Amino acid sequence: MANNITLQVTRYRPEQDDEPTVQEYEVPLRKDWAVLDGLNHIKDHQDGTLSYRWSCRMGICGSCGMTVDGEPKLTCATFLTDYDPGPVRVEPLANFPLIRDLVVEIGDFLRKLPKVKPWIVRDEDKPISEGEYLQTPKQMEEYKQYSMCINCMLCYSACPVYGLDPDFIGPAAIALAQRYNLDSRDQGASDRLDLLIHPDGIWGCTFVGECTRACPKDVDPAGAIQRYKLTAALHSVKALLFPRGAR
Amino acid sequence: MSTPTGYTEYHPRWHRTRLGTLWWLRRRSYLVFILRELSSVFVAWYVVFLLMLIHAIGQGNDDYQRFLHRAANPWIVLVNVVALIFVMFHAITWFNLAPKAMVVRLRGKRVPPAWIAATNYLAWTVVSAFVAWRVLGG
Repeated sequence: MANNITLQVTRYRPEQDDEPTVQEYEVPLRKDWAVLDGLNHIKDHQDGTLSYRWSCRMGICGSCGMTVDGEPKLTCATFLTDYDPGPVRVEPLANFPLIRDLVVEIGDFLRKLPKVKPWIVRDEDKPISEGEYLQTPKQMEEYKQYSMCINCMLCYSACPVYGLDPDFIGPAAIALAQRYNLDSRDQGASDRLDLLIHPDGIWGCTFVGECTRACPKDVDPAGAIQRYKLTAALHSVKALLFPRGAR
Repeated sequence: MSTPTGYTEYHPRWHRTRLGTLWWLRRRSYLVFILRELSSVFVAWYVVFLLMLIHAIGQGNDDYQRFLHRAANPWIVLVNVVALIFVMFHAITWFNLAPKAMVVRLRGKRVPPAWIAATNYLAWTVVSAFVAWRVLGG
């Protein structure tokens, strides 16, 4: 194993660059170093002007998503030794506008996310004195996989439909809608229906499946979307047969 | 989302990378996606062809024979062979999707996704065999 590895990092400084460029940095190749450690080494020791997002370093905060050698990855969980002898290309997440270097503009996702009401919706809230809403382990199992989403947006970066049509509500938002639709404590499925069955909702998805492959938390957004397609189709049939009281 | 027109201290000048025309050749799954989108054209062609066949049958034997004669044209045969490949591809990707869309539980346990796909393929084979038997031998 060589002592160093080259990182080819995207640079974009809007005040001086018209187009993003690539800058090469040599960083130590250590067994326990992730790509993020390499970037931190650059920032601390070589070039303090390099901009990128990161926080927890342990695959939970979802802020260090970047494109590593063409694949959307959490850079804290992507080890440099897997790319030995290099070089390793480190680019910003695809499908998002670029603000600076490796920092992308995520406002679009943040605006879409609350639209699916990713919280427990109740027709009527129970008074606190009556205690919590109980749930069996089996009921929790229904949605637990989808609740693992950390909003890292790797699925948006992997999705060609989102790349082509930024109005598509996208994999994570739909998976999170399903997370609450399948929660036994939630009563908001009908509130989420109109948004999800909109042409920019589930029907925008053509089951490419790249979101599921990119997901670092095994959420399987593609599965969540296909599942909801069946639910929505059944709902439409019911609405056709029983125009009153389908909801 | 509005595109900012210029760089200011408070509103950075974003850069947007446009997808190149041949972006769908970069990855196998993207190619499959585009081919599946394209397959809808051939599915539509199959529907039109079938409707024309039914119409010809409805018009009587002369029309039906004329239709068969036209359908035997090498170009039409070629289009139909290509259409068959695309429709098969469409059907296979559809059956592979089924276990993702359907969560079936038997006695409280989730049926393995492979079983759901296998059941679909089995049903497809049985129906195809029945149709083949009716058309060719029945």
